[in-house]
Amino acid sequence: MEPAEIIQHSGGAIGAAWLMIALPLVGAAVLLLGGRRTDKFGHLLGVLMAVASFVVAALSFAQLLGFAPGERRRGIELYDFIPGLAKVGLLVDPLSISFCLLITFVGSLIHIYSIGYMAHDPNRRRFFAYLNLFVAAMLLLVLADNYVALFVGWEGVGLASYLLIGFWQHKPSAATAAKKAFIVNRVGDFGLLIGIFTIFATFHTLAFSDVLGNASKASSGTLTAIGLLLLVGACGKSAQLPLQSWLLDAMEGPTPVSALIHAATMVTAGVYLIVRSGPIFEGAGTAQLVVTIVGVATLLAGAIIGTAKDDIKKALAGSTMSQIGYMVLAAGIGPVGYAFAIAHLITHGFFKADMFLGAGSVMHAMNDEVDMRKYGALRKVMPVTFVTFLIGYLAIIGFPLLSGYFTKDGIIETAMEHNAILGWLAVLGAGITGFYMSRLVFMTFFGAKRWEPTAHPHESPAVMTWPLIILSIGAIGLGAFLVLGNRFMTFLAPAVGAPEEMPSFHPFSLTGLVTLALVAIGAAFAWVKYGRAEVPAVAPRASFLTTFARRDLYGDALNEALFMRPGQWLTRLAVFFDNRGVDGLVNGLAAGIGGTSGRLRRVQTGFVRSYALSIFLGAAVLAGAWLVVGNL
Amino acid sequence: MTTHYLVLSALLFAIGGVGVLVRRNAIVVFMCVELMLNACNLAFVTFARQNGNLDGQLIAFFVMIVAAAEVVIGLAIIVTIFRTRRSASVDDVSLLKY
Repeated sequence: MEPAEIIQHSGGAIGAAWLMIALPLVGAAVLLLGGRRTDKFGHLLGVLMAVASFVVAALSFAQLLGFAPGERRRGIELYDFIPGLAKVGLLVDPLSISFCLLITFVGSLIHIYSIGYMAHDPNRRRFFAYLNLFVAAMLLLVLADNYVALFVGWEGVGLASYLLIGFWQHKPSAATAAKKAFIVNRVGDFGLLIGIFTIFATFHTLAFSDVLGNASKASSGTLTAIGLLLLVGACGKSAQLPLQSWLLDAMEGPTPVSALIHAATMVTAGVYLIVRSGPIFEGAGTAQLVVTIVGVATLLAGAIIGTAKDDIKKALAGSTMSQIGYMVLAAGIGPVGYAFAIAHLITHGFFKADMFLGAGSVMHAMNDEVDMRKYGALRKVMPVTFVTFLIGYLAIIGFPLLSGYFTKDGIIETAMEHNAILGWLAVLGAGITGFYMSRLVFMTFFGAKRWEPTAHPHESPAVMTWPLIILSIGAIGLGAFLVLGNRFMTFLAPAVGAPEEMPSFHPFSLTGLVTLALVAIGAAFAWVKYGRAEVPAVAPRASFLTTFARRDLYGDALNEALFMRPGQWLTRLAVFFDNRGVDGLVNGLAAGIGGTSGRLRRVQTGFVRSYALSIFLGAAVLAGAWLVVGNL
Repeated sequence: MTTHYLVLSALLFAIGGVGVLVRRNAIVVFMCVELMLNACNLAFVTFARQNGNLDGQLIAFFVMIVAAAEVVIGLAIIVTIFRTRRSASVDDVSLLKY
């Protein structure tokens, strides 16, 4: 089934969809420009704007459901930026509204949670301003109806991410991490920009409706080039190999930021880009193949990194990488995979935000300790955090009937039908997920107390636990709701297309059983190593493989050897050339002129008689010359 | 027949030129300049006579007028220099200031 036509729309909640972006933007502007005067109510304003944005999104969704499925792509014209060339408008369709609901709903919950989490931070107002800025930029990214506005949102979320990773910029590690995230993202943005240029050169327009509608008319070589360039952009934003290195360091930011930006929403923008540009990828088999390979490589790399991290947030970040790898894998498969990619994205948004906020709650209780080797036995002192985290954990490992079971299993089944190698690698990834997530839960909530003497853990306040409870409800039921009966695939079909034959859900397929068995083995292995056995307080010396994983698969070392050092040599060469070459030329010229004029100056003695002599001699020479020439 | 006049003119001019180059006293240098001017005048008048027209004589008058004006300004400068420096040597004013 092909995507539906876009219908121009005005009026109702959808007509006011721009409010979704404008409200948080106004919040950010008021909080940033208002300065300390807004300190007292800053967090409340931030929450209010996020919730208001969610209300607009929910009303738009309700209005959208009122239309027939074929009429659910509504375009809203906002502004004719360059007449005839660049119109800026919004596109409200099943795909973008799914993102809007996720962003504003999870975003609102995380805003509320942050009231408690950031309660003692003197810069809480600034934090909420940045969060609002992020929500506005992310909504612009998903609501844009052309690649330029998408790029503006894309950069906006990058900026917000930078500001929030470096929120505690007095810590050198946070400042460095923020810079790293920004620079690695620049590499991806470079690819995206060139991709957009290529799109414009090929189609002479950047509106989704014109580009994607005419994608089949371009040559497959052009489409492959565009697809690969867009993939570079997606890799940067979504921390896929080979641009994954910034995500682990990004955990320096406050935990709500990790939950909202680096787990639930921003890092999934790459998946959105691929799914939105689906017709381009569908016309370029090579690009799709590369997308699936990147997805599988990242889902394994992220899972392997997750197994070795002792820092609870970094282990979760490895898991985020891995789960986004699943989404990218599904997005590379085509229309069959799109719905699973987005469904997994949404359920992942819930259970991963739930777990990150849970980790934040644990850190809050443990004096901001992040080393899991100093946790242990927290299930009794933090019952709400424990139960909600456990639900998120069961959801992510694909425990039957919870969210992850439906969405991740859907991806694995689809991948298996598409290509058996990719499918089995995805199954293997699921097994590793079972191990590292169980390890995380056992080290944190089970076993013996390994707390620092100063730690007095306690349950977090209600303003932090309620978001956890709501998110964990999503983690339980959302997967079944979306996947059973192909509900989400049918809903999404007008926006991204759908396969001729809807896939059916088999509860006891071979792949599903093997996956479950592997997950169970992983979890059991984690129990033997970290649940039953004593966990040493200091990480023991480990084998080559473990070190490999602890060092993020040497991703940083690779970047350093391949790009940083040659780059430094290049700059040193340039500096040398500048100092010796360019400066030498300029300085030499100046010195030459100075020296010559210093010598010439001596001719000017000031003695009138010597001037007179030179006049006479000159006159004599002239007269002589005239005589000679005249006589010729 | 006019050759003698021209030779005299050349001699006077050469004497004046050497005087300008070798003498230090501003007054003497000045007089030597006048000598050169008058050598030129003599040549002009000689050529006027030789060519049988008045062009040379006319130019000689112009030269005299310019020389008179020059004397006025030149002497004034020399007197001023002498008043400030108590010397009329042209080498003393080599700095072109004070």
